[in-house]
Amino acid sequence: MEANDDIVNVDARGRACPEPLMLAKSALARSGGKAVEVTVDAALARDNILRMAARSGREAEVRVEGELFVVRLGAAKA
Amino acid sequence: MNKKLGFLASRPGIVVTGAAIGIIASVLSFLGNPANMGICVACFERDIAGALGLHRAAAVQYLRPEIPAFILGSLLAALLAGEWRPRTGSAPLARFVLGAFSMIGALVFLGCPWRAWLRLAGGDLNALLGLAGLFAGVLGGVFFLRRGYSLGRSYAAPKALGLVMPAIALGLLALAIAAPQFGLGADGAAIGPVYRSAKGPGSQAAPIVISIAAGLLIGYLAQRSRFCTVGAVRDVVLFKDGHLLYGLLALFGAALAANLALGRFKLGFEGQPVAHDDGLWNFLGMALSGLAFTLAGGCPGRQLFLSGEGDADAGVFVIGMIAGAAFAHNFNLASSGTGPSPYGPAAAVIGLVVVALIGFGFKERT
Repeated sequence: MEANDDIVNVDARGRACPEPLMLAKSALARSGGKAVEVTVDAALARDNILRMAARSGREAEVRVEGELFVVRLGAAKA
Repeated sequence: MNKKLGFLASRPGIVVTGAAIGIIASVLSFLGNPANMGICVACFERDIAGALGLHRAAAVQYLRPEIPAFILGSLLAALLAGEWRPRTGSAPLARFVLGAFSMIGALVFLGCPWRAWLRLAGGDLNALLGLAGLFAGVLGGVFFLRRGYSLGRSYAAPKALGLVMPAIALGLLALAIAAPQFGLGADGAAIGPVYRSAKGPGSQAAPIVISIAAGLLIGYLAQRSRFCTVGAVRDVVLFKDGHLLYGLLALFGAALAANLALGRFKLGFEGQPVAHDDGLWNFLGMALSGLAFTLAGGCPGRQLFLSGEGDADAGVFVIGMIAGAAFAHNFNLASSGTGPSPYGPAAAVIGLVVVALIGFGFKERT
């Protein structure tokens, strides 16, 4: 995980269940309000992260980059 | 772009999948599969090991077509959805060992997580001990995951690798349909290459066409919905996410309703079909399985569906399970209707130690 100015990046490519979601959640916990971008290569991991975002009331967007999905998680909605 | 989840990946989707599996399992049992064993991934892989002569337990030899059909149904679903991704490199040898010991644990209990729920839906209360053990095993797996356990990431692989398990599945189906028998022994029993039980659970089977169709349908639905009987419990503990659990409860409810409707429900501990009533080893056998499945990322059905969508490491886990079944019967580790074998408990304890060592030893994340 590396952090630049306003985004925390998480590389969860090739991770089997439940690791991508664990990595995403731990990044969110440490993000301090920054947006978190999780890169995954499986639709399963993408869907799990989207579902978690919906459950916790967070904005979530998916960007397709070649064969990868980048899920961007915004701040929790008020 | 806000990606919308497909229907089968939604909550109604996973409930439909679970209910379909529950009803199909009850009906397959009604049509000839062994009682409370309409579908059992571990038992059926064990029967396949027997059909191929990898073990010679005469009562449990049949090339169950549901298993290869699961793989092919998932392959089809993944191809249609653009989710077929050949991949490997996540500690396949460790997955082989996890697969082998998950099977040994399952054969001490006499069933996989699927069958544990189906046994309960048939009124077999011994399954409660197995399910308690399963939960304990999953909790153990969560303990390791929380302290950073990981088998490492997988990497994209050549298309050919993703086709290996589907090709094996096609070969098994061809053998199941052709059922070649090249000779008879002195006692009139068939001598390979494909063995078939004359009596016992291995002799009980639904019509092959129905079994194949059921397997393809379940493989398709489960790939799309991500159905997993171990993830169902794991995700509740780890993320308070009940999504997969809804599918599992739908499986149980539908199987229970179908069993009641078909007059296949018998409540109690004693005299249950293909089961024993030794609570301690029902618990510990399934605890070993649950721990191994959690460390491998999913239940035995899930491993088949992952194999279909190109995950060659899940394929190695499946082969490990089949090898584990061969060991379980060749070494007399598998339980019978009368109880655990003299050697099963020791094997389960060894398995718990080995699988825990894998849990402690494979750590990657910080």
